[in-house]
This record gives sequence, C-alpha cells and structure tokens, in this order.
Amino acid sequence: MGDGGSPARGASDLRSAAARLGPAGGLRPPDPPPDPRARRWPVAPVAGGAVAALLVVLSLGSLAAVAWRAEGWAALGPADWAAVRFTLLQAVLSATLSVLLAVPVARALARRTFPGRGVLITLLGAPFILPTLVAVLGLLAVFGRNGIVSQGLGLLGLPPLQIYGLTGVVLAHVFFNLPLATRLLLQGWLAIPSERFRLAGALGFSRGAVFRHLEWPMLREMAPGAFLVIFLLCLTSFSVALTLGGGPRATTVELAIYQAFRFDFDLSKAALLALVQFALCAVAAALALGVALPSGTGAGLDRPLARHDLRPGGALAGWDAVVIALAALFLLVPLAVLIGRGAPMVAGLPAAVWVAAARSVAVALVSVALCIGFALALALAIQRARGLAARGLETVGMIALAASPLVIGTGLFILVFPWVDPARLALPVTALVNAAMALPFALRAILPALRQAEATQGRLADHLGLTGSARLRLVILPRLRRPMGFAAGLTGALSMGDLGVIVLFAEREGATLPLQLYRLMGAYRSDDAAGAAVLLLALALAIFWAFDRGGRAHAAT
Amino acid sequence: MRHIPLASATVLAIGAGAAQAETPTLTVYTYDSFVSDWGPGPAVRDAFEAVCECRLDLVGTGDGAALLARLQLEGARTPADVVLGLDTNLTARAGETGLFAPHGIDAAFDLPIDWDDPLFLPFDWGYFAFVYNTEVVSDPPGSFAELIASELSIAIQDPRSSTPGLGLLMWVEAAHGADAPEVWEGLAERVLTVTRGWSEAYGLFTSGEVDMVLSYSTSPAYHLIAEDDPTVAAAAFEEGHYMQIEVAGMLESSDQPELARAFLEFMLGDAFQSIIPTTNWMYPAVIPEGGLPEGFETLMVPERALLLSPEDAAARRDGALATWLEALSR
Repeated sequence: MGDGGSPARGASDLRSAAARLGPAGGLRPPDPPPDPRARRWPVAPVAGGAVAALLVVLSLGSLAAVAWRAEGWAALGPADWAAVRFTLLQAVLSATLSVLLAVPVARALARRTFPGRGVLITLLGAPFILPTLVAVLGLLAVFGRNGIVSQGLGLLGLPPLQIYGLTGVVLAHVFFNLPLATRLLLQGWLAIPSERFRLAGALGFSRGAVFRHLEWPMLREMAPGAFLVIFLLCLTSFSVALTLGGGPRATTVELAIYQAFRFDFDLSKAALLALVQFALCAVAAALALGVALPSGTGAGLDRPLARHDLRPGGALAGWDAVVIALAALFLLVPLAVLIGRGAPMVAGLPAAVWVAAARSVAVALVSVALCIGFALALALAIQRARGLAARGLETVGMIALAASPLVIGTGLFILVFPWVDPARLALPVTALVNAAMALPFALRAILPALRQAEATQGRLADHLGLTGSARLRLVILPRLRRPMGFAAGLTGALSMGDLGVIVLFAEREGATLPLQLYRLMGAYRSDDAAGAAVLLLALALAIFWAFDRGGRAHAAT
Repeated sequence: MRHIPLASATVLAIGAGAAQAETPTLTVYTYDSFVSDWGPGPAVRDAFEAVCECRLDLVGTGDGAALLARLQLEGARTPADVVLGLDTNLTARAGETGLFAPHGIDAAFDLPIDWDDPLFLPFDWGYFAFVYNTEVVSDPPGSFAELIASELSIAIQDPRSSTPGLGLLMWVEAAHGADAPEVWEGLAERVLTVTRGWSEAYGLFTSGEVDMVLSYSTSPAYHLIAEDDPTVAAAAFEEGHYMQIEVAGMLESSDQPELARAFLEFMLGDAFQSIIPTTNWMYPAVIPEGGLPEGFETLMVPERALLLSPEDAAARRDGALATWLEALSR
C-alpha cells in the first residue's frame, strides 16, 4: 500500500471530512463498539512493558541504588528549596518562551517554500545538538559583554549588554530549545492533511478561521508535549544556568545534587534531590499531557502540504519572511562565529580526535537503533492502552529526561560495580543512556503520527484484518517515515554531542568526540577545541540530515 | 577427532591466561585530564612500563573531588592500587576513609613548604593566580584590595563543582581569615560569572569575555612555550598565593603493595617529574636533573606561599562556602 490511495476512497474521505469540519472544530471518529485495539497489536504490551521497565530501572532504579548506598536520611535545607524554586522558575520561563516563539517560526516555515528551506531547517536545529560548553561560547560571542551586540552598542556610545542573571539563563535555554520546539511544531503543521487547507481555501475561511479549525487543534496536541520536553531539559540544566546566571543565585537542583555528591559525599541528599526532580517531572507531565488533546483533524491523502488557502505575496508573506529571518539570525549568528573560529583548525586536528569522532558516530548509530526500537514499542503500547495506563506509559517515556545525569551515572555505577568493571561498559552504557535521553523527543514525534495513522487508516486496516507485524509494515510504518526519520536524526545528533555518563564511568579504551573536546579545553588547547567543535557540529548535522532526509524522501512522493 | 583441536585450544587459552597473569597490572585512579592524550598519562605509562615489567592501567574519572567520591563509592573493594590527583583540600577527608596505607617513602621535595604526610606524596604543585592578557590589562591589580577597587571583570569557578574554585575559597581564608566576608562582598562586584569547572572559565578568558580568570601562576607557561605567545601573565598579589599541591597515595586494599610503592617511588623520579611541567603545566614536586623547561623562569613567583593544613582546610571548608554563597547570592 502506497501513500496515495484510490481516487474513490479519497473523495469519500474528503466528503466525510468536510462534514466534520463544522464550526465546533474537529469531531472524533466514532469508535466501533468492540474495542479492536487489543487485537490490532498482540505483542505491543509485552514489548512496550519491557521498554518501560528498562526506563524505570535506568532512572528510578539508579536513584534507588544511590539511596541504598546512603547512610541515614537527609533533609532539604533552605538553600535546597531556593534551588528548587529557581530551577522551576527558569524552566517554566524557558519552556514557555521557546514554545511561544516557535509557533510563528514553525508556521512560517510550514507555509512558505523558498530555495534553501531544507538546509535552513536542518541548520536551525544545530544549537540543540552542540555541547553546552561550546554553545555558550558562541552565544556569548554575540550577546556577551564583549560580544557583537555589545560592540555595536559601544559604537553608539551605549553601555554593553548585561545578560548575566535570569535573562541570560532564559536566553541560553531559548537558544538551545527554540530549534527543538520549532521542529516539533513543524512536524505538527506538516501532519495536517493538505486537503484540510484546500477545503478551508475552497470554503473561503479567513485566517482566523483556519487557525481556529486547523492549527489550534494541532497546537493543542503538539504544544504541551513540546513544552514538557523543554521544561524537563531545562530542569536538569546546570552548567549553562550557572555560567549565564552569573553565580550561585542561579543554583539549580542538578548543581545541588553535584554538591551533595562530590562536595559533601552525602548520597542520601543526592538521592532526595533527585527524587524532587522526578516529582517535578511527574507533576509537569501530568499537567502537560492532561492539557494535550488529540487533534482529530480527520483523514487525508497523506500528500505533502500544499497551501491553497494562501495567496502569494502580501503582508502575510512579509511577516513570515521577517519571522524566519529573525529566527535564523538569533540561532545562526552564534554558530557562524563558532564555525569561523574553528573551521581553519579542523584539517590540523590530532589523530586522537578523528579516532574519537569515528567512535562517536558508532555510538550514535547504536543509540539511534535502540531509541527508535524503544519509541515504536512504547508508542504502540500507549496507543493500545487507555486512560491512566496510557498516560502512565507516556510519563515513563519522559522519565529519563528528568533523571539527573549524575544520579543515573552514579546509580548505574553502583549497580554494575559488583559484577563488571564499569570502565569496560563506558561506551555501551553511553549509547543506552543516550537512547533513553532521546526517547522523549522520539516519542513526541512518533506518537501523534501513530495516533493520526490509526485514526485515519485504522478502520480500513481493521476491515482488512491487518494485525501485528503486517499492520505495522503496511499501514503504520509508511506513515511514520517522516517522524521516525526526524526522531532518528535527532537521536543520532544528540548522542553525538552528549558527554553523557562516560566521564563518570571512566573510559579506558575509547574517548568520544565530546570527551576529547572537553579534554582539549582542559589542556589549554582552545584552538584545537574550536576545531573539534566544528567537526562535532558537522558530524551531528550530517547524521541528522541523513536520517531526516531519508524519512522525508519517501513522504515527498 | 573433533575433540582434539578443541582440547588443544583450551590448553593454549589457559597457557595464554597464565602468561598474562605473570605480568602484574597496576591500577592507578586519577583525574580525567591526566589520562588524556594531551596530559601526562600516555608518557607516564610508557616510562613506567619500560622499567616495571608490569602493565600500568591508568583510569581517569572527573577531577580530584570526583576521584575521591568514586573511591568512597567503591570502598575497600576498589580495584585501584594507587590514587593520584587529590589535593591538600581533600586529603583530610581521604585519610578519614581509612582506605589509604602509609607509603613509607622518605624523600626530599622542591616545595616552598615542608612535607611530611605519612599517607600522601606530592607529585606536582602550583600557585592559584588571576591570569590576564597584558595587551588588555595594562595595570594589573597587586592584591585582592586592588582587584576589588578596579573595574576589571573576572571569571571564577564554583567551589561546589571545581577544585580551583575551592582553592580560591581557601586562598581568601588563608590570606584574610576573619575579613573573608568583606573580601567576598567586594569581589562579588568584580565576578562577571561563576562556572562549573576550570575549562569553562578559561574559555571565557581566552574568548575575551572576562579580563581575568582564576587559574594558576604556571598557566602563562603554556601560552609562551606551546603557542609562542608571551602576552598572558599572572598577577602577583602581595598577600601571597595559595598553593595547590597534588598528591598520590597507595591503598590499603591493594593486592600488590610492593608494585604500588614502586610506582610512588617512580613518581618522584626524573622520568615522571620531567613529564609534568609541559603536560600538566604545573611545577614538578622534585625538580628533575635537567631543571625546568625554558620559559618557566619567566613566570611570576609569589613572595609568600599560602597553604592551610589539610585539617584546617577541611574544618574551614563549610564555613567558607557559606560565606561565599552569602556574598555572591546577593
């Protein structure tokens, strides 16, 4: 079964969809009386359950291991609560701003075509995958005390920009996460069947009506999930928050965990703080997933987005152009500075850096395979389950993001130390933890597309009696290519750039590229480090591009 | 017939295993930058393996404080024979774990202070100092008071996550004691930002975001020797400079104490000590026969070396951190 479908089916789809496009927005298709979900995916609960169990062991199990090794119970002091408050404040602000700003950017990118659009979309994702140590330097080269903006202000006789503080923390987090929010929302826009827009155009919908009936339901489904993953990312931020926060005012829970672990060697306090971090995650997940609604925009022909409701030119096109230009400026100028600094050094990088680069690519590919497998299994299980069970599974899928990297690393260390030399496991564990950390993004991309595919093609597949692997191969996977390609690309790129648990496990035989980059900086070699950063950026983008393209190539036919 | 090749393969495998067992392996835990391709690790391994008839397994983890935390996690079951890379701000805590064994080595050191610790032996040392670019800062401060009175911006490291950050805390304690709160209140105005580790802060300095960075008096040697850049210098403070002395010790649980002791003796010899200056960019604990590399003679030498005893440092740490947090959180 291809992506087209017979004209007859298309026409009837369109008619029924037109009937549903009432002023009250999308209606959900009526479920057939006996729940067919159990029949559709016979093994989904087993596979999904296994993945969920693995995630719980990775996150809560590692926490339990840390708590088990602790002696006695700690209590949180006023300084810890201050850290919790600051963490929440900056994470809510950062996530809100990232998602709000991403709405116009994603919309502009979704409804405009221009030369180089694909490359621009790929490049816009770059800040998200850079190691923070490097990205912060790029950001400061633009917004810092001695950055481009401050120098421009100096020419005008104005004082330099003062970004250190909450402003700096939020600025940096938006810089990192606006690309992610944009890409997740863009996925949502591109998933709206183009027939809906054509129909809206034929019915003479105003822009407001298009937003109310087509875009708002999609945002209701996508935006809370995007908010949640970014909130969780910012929740465990530590180095960025400290550096741009200007000092201990900007102490986050993760830094408090760090202090408990290495300054005080108070494992019980580290475990308690990690538990607080999980509680924040659970509350945020419950709120965000509770707000999210299935969009129910109805079926389409899976054709790429062609916007018949838009007239060329005009104020709207001008607005979109401004939005895209501003986003590109904000995200790409810091990168351009980094590339300008590091590109001349790439050719002269020491052999050890190239070997590490090859190793990192291998780790990234393993992470991709693991993550996509996990995400599919979990998404099918969520799709099959209902109510609390479904929401519980979805929360578990997010949980690795809320886990403190330090606690995961330490906990796994405690768990494996009696059995194997942890240093031998450094690379496999890095790949596994990277896969778990990327899972929330993969799930956010794949789950809505899976729901959409089931909503639009599910009844037909039921009639044809397609279940299990045949249903997956014929009905679901062809419709998941785009989000899966995106998720695979994101996982690979994230894994490339993540320093991860390798430092805690003390690698012995193989440093990854991010680790070599940190080591170069630690050995004063800032020029080589700048070159290694450009190499890392190029490889991460190449991995992202290859998977993302692979996913889109088919969908574009 | 099939069993014969299998059996002989087994015999071969056992034989190979026995041959391996005859070459003992010494496991040394150290910090990550020591084992890096640009650190002392690779050269130290080659030099020691050339004389010890053993395999030297260098395992790097985080920094000095992370190293101690890992050792505390592993306890007496640790596979490590030697731990290399703690400093005197950590040795009191390390000694309290009861995991370290007396080294029993009598040696002379080229340190500005006397050294007689039964558990730990120094392998290198340096002075903490504020480093600047002579083309940017023409009139460097000569004391904490002058730094506070200046318009300069500085980057420092968080004492909770960084050993140099903790070093600065101890520097202010050792130099100003009871006046430390006032010093920190003044310094807070100069601190542009606080970073997680040394690399982040030094990156801010090399990219021009801050005028000065807390580092070592030996940092300019890297720029002079490796980059031929004479413009980086360390400011001399009249109250003196706090020292970081990096030490190693052998573990009580080691199953090869003789080899561990041999490594510690090797550590104080010329082969090891001559690797240190241009890989770790610190002063060697024992100046090798060839002297210090050319360029080290240009470095700023403080008039006074400051150091709190390990017990003193451990006792004053929590109070000093509270003072620091109070001053910089405003």
